[in-house]
Amino acid sequence: MLKPSHFDSASTEIFGKQLKLAILFILVVFGVLILRLWFLQVVNGAAYRDRSEHNRIRLQDIPPFRGMILDRNGEVLVDNRPSYDLYVIPEEVQDRPQLLNRLSSLGDINRAATERLLDKAARGYPFKPVCIKKDMSRDELASIESHRFDLPGVMICVSAQRHYFYEGLASHLLGYVGEISEGQLSSGQFPKNRPGDLIGKRGVELKWQTQLNGNRGGEQVEVDAVGRKIAVVSQKAPISGANISLTIEKGLQSLAEKCLQGKHGSVVAINPSNGEILALASSPSYDPNRFVKGLDEKTWQTMASSKDFPLQNRALTGQYPPGSVFKIVVALAALEEGVVTPEEEIFCNGRYSVGNATYRCWKKHGHGGVDLHRALVESCDVYFYTLGRRLGIDKVAQYAMRFGLGKETGLDLDTEKGGLIPTTQWKLKRMGIPWQRGETVISAIGQGFVLTTPLQIANLISAVFNGGHVYRPQVTKWVRKPSGGSLFEFAPISDGELGIKPTHLELVKKALVGVVNQPHGTGSKARLKGVVVAGKTGTAQVVALKKEGAPRREEDIPWKLRDHAWFVGIAPAWKPKIAVAVLIEHGGHGGSAAGPIAQEIIKAYLNVPS
Amino acid sequence: MLDRRLIQNFDWVLLLLLLVQAGISILNLYSATYPIREMGGSEIFFKQIYWFLIGFAVLLLATTFNYFALERLAYPIYFFTIGLLALVLFVGRVTSGSQRWLALGPISFQPSELAKIVMVLVLAKFFSERSDFKEYRLRDLWQPFMLTALPCFLILKEPDLGTALFLALISISMVLIARVRWRSLLLLAGSFGLSAPVIWFGLKEYQQKRVFSFLSPEMDPLGAGYHINQSKIAIGSGQFWGKGFLKGTQTRLHFLPEQHTDFAFSVLAEEWGLVGSVVLLLMYLFMILWGLNIAKNSKDRFGSMIAVGIVSIIFWQVFINVGMVTGLLPVVGIPLVLFSYGGSSLITTMAAMGILMNISMRRFMFQ
Repeated sequence: MLKPSHFDSASTEIFGKQLKLAILFILVVFGVLILRLWFLQVVNGAAYRDRSEHNRIRLQDIPPFRGMILDRNGEVLVDNRPSYDLYVIPEEVQDRPQLLNRLSSLGDINRAATERLLDKAARGYPFKPVCIKKDMSRDELASIESHRFDLPGVMICVSAQRHYFYEGLASHLLGYVGEISEGQLSSGQFPKNRPGDLIGKRGVELKWQTQLNGNRGGEQVEVDAVGRKIAVVSQKAPISGANISLTIEKGLQSLAEKCLQGKHGSVVAINPSNGEILALASSPSYDPNRFVKGLDEKTWQTMASSKDFPLQNRALTGQYPPGSVFKIVVALAALEEGVVTPEEEIFCNGRYSVGNATYRCWKKHGHGGVDLHRALVESCDVYFYTLGRRLGIDKVAQYAMRFGLGKETGLDLDTEKGGLIPTTQWKLKRMGIPWQRGETVISAIGQGFVLTTPLQIANLISAVFNGGHVYRPQVTKWVRKPSGGSLFEFAPISDGELGIKPTHLELVKKALVGVVNQPHGTGSKARLKGVVVAGKTGTAQVVALKKEGAPRREEDIPWKLRDHAWFVGIAPAWKPKIAVAVLIEHGGHGGSAAGPIAQEIIKAYLNVPS
Repeated sequence: MLDRRLIQNFDWVLLLLLLVQAGISILNLYSATYPIREMGGSEIFFKQIYWFLIGFAVLLLATTFNYFALERLAYPIYFFTIGLLALVLFVGRVTSGSQRWLALGPISFQPSELAKIVMVLVLAKFFSERSDFKEYRLRDLWQPFMLTALPCFLILKEPDLGTALFLALISISMVLIARVRWRSLLLLAGSFGLSAPVIWFGLKEYQQKRVFSFLSPEMDPLGAGYHINQSKIAIGSGQFWGKGFLKGTQTRLHFLPEQHTDFAFSVLAEEWGLVGSVVLLLMYLFMILWGLNIAKNSKDRFGSMIAVGIVSIIFWQVFINVGMVTGLLPVVGIPLVLFSYGGSSLITTMAAMGILMNISMRRFMFQ
């Protein structure tokens, strides 16, 4: 076998010397370690023994303050209020049955549940305080506080509880907080959080969770035999979460919600020149404060399964046929494609036939000869049936998509819905049957497969009036750290241009002013003195297009089958500051059910005297 | 292979020492996991017994072949380990922010543990290649430098600062024993002094915090500062004779962090006092001196340098861990060798001890 290099005697000697040096070093190091042990265990041993016997130095978390949420003018919408929580340190309880008796006589405390909690804790770390009850009432707090000395092992801690200032205000937008779930913990998305933490579950609370959360602090505290804090050994201050200013205006939001009271529907108001959301309401609503304490299973079930869908944010996830509002898109598409001139009159006798099928105008006896302007002002269906046939569905869809229809607006709040803009390809792929001519006809008046959300509709009219810019709707004005640093400042985000000739936009704008301000306009209910309001009504049929002989009067139709009412308005028409989309589910005619609401919102926002 | 002389020369002393060590470690682990025995603590305890059994098997296996074989295999083993270290960065299991574990079916292990012993082998090979015993100049050392830097870099990527530094420390120890010119040493120290700021700003925030927390434990009252405080209370309160087995209050109340891994020594010191902790330290000292004796008696440079490297693994771990729990050194998360809970570390250490015994057994082969 090949031998590795051998030592000669000289090397052996040198190596021996090196080893001696190493041994010396090693002996010194061990000497130091042993001296250190001597110092700790003998010189200071008694003191450490004493400290270990009274070692009640505990590590306590100091949760950070969650950031506040303000409206655009700095008015507080969400902050924190103190909650008094009851804790028990299992290790320090002397007589558990007695303690439980006393506690249940002093407050509304579930004996069996507490027993279970304590049993579980005793098997783990018995010195770790267990939360028995959160957010005690004043009476409970007073009676337990006054008996503290007879209740060894009991501790009261103050924690911050999320507080939504105005019950139910903007609840869909704000969202709510709740205990972090297993899935969220293991997802790695919330690295700062631990089991038991409250995190944003929906809306703005979720969108800005990381920024709102802040950083946990903590302290080493010395506590006495009954767990009371005697001294703070050292502390690391928590860092409060960032505050958030929304783009919504509290007054306007509250008005929008008032207008929706007792109805099902949504109001979205945005700034047409940059996409800021000024108000976003959805009805019915809920009070997020109820989530903070933790909902019981039953309440949650009723809420989640209610036919009214109070948890649904209709402004972003309610998908409705746009009805006549869609005529704006068809009119612009037709002008751009040159399939109609503004002057051409199309004759409406109240009916339009395709093959064997007959489609009716909402005006039974027809409008007579109508040009583009009048067709929009009076919302003539036959005119748009004709344009739809001339364009074909794919051309219509192409223009609709330029307005951002058919996909999410990108507001990035919860899971927004994108609506639907049908094409021939889509139908073939989805249903396996080719597109029917009749479907083009009804799509042209925003029926059939076409679906939109209120937010998309507000965005649509904004683009028409702001010179063709499609802005992404946003709800956050700024996010700033309490210490001053800015994490986010609003800046408009462009999602493209319509690419439609200004003269064509101008024609449609004039017509939409006419809708509100001309004698036969369908949107006269939104008219205001002193400000030119423009807009479009829409009445979206819930069931198939009305058959001949169906009941004529709205009141005769069951609520669930009544039409959805749309109104989308913008003002002042020539220098727009606010765009409002109103949708009332089963509200009947757009002009009468939704128009007045838009009028009120615009009136309030622009400060128009009555 | 195993002739009579090998049996005669079998290092019974070292084996006995290791058996006693294992006994103490298991006893201490029983106490450390006692308070959490119903929460998986007893599982930890039994697992460590299995690890020791496997460890002894590995140790005996490592004595059966002639360690010369390792000389030829040093580079293949080295690059295989480098491959594992790279692999762990891609497919490793992530635990609390770092990727250190490689899963092999039901068991998982840390390639960085294996890297320690492989470093020793490859450096021993390098230093045995020269028969003369002249002092090394800096320019002679670029090879060991690269051999060390490669695994260090990969381990830093996991990230595991403690193990990376530890690897560098082993390599430095071996270089120093192999003798470097004084001027070269000074040059090295000087250039390190200059590069220190660069390294500092290359550290991750939590790594900087660790250094801070060492310089002033109060800086991080919730993390390392608290751990060190509780560890010092545990050790100090043991006083001269200790509180007795299973009677350590710090341990029972779980004031100690990581009391079965990094802070296992504190548990022993609390329950067995100065007497127990000094006895344990002296056992380590004896083991280290025994190892150096093996290095001295080995008739070839490869064997000597392996023994030196293995001894330095043991020595630095003892120094760093005991220094840490007594508040002399920063908290770097290095467990106490042959004492703390942990499979990868134990198996590789036992393999290293086996190689040490292997060298010891074959010291008379050339006479």
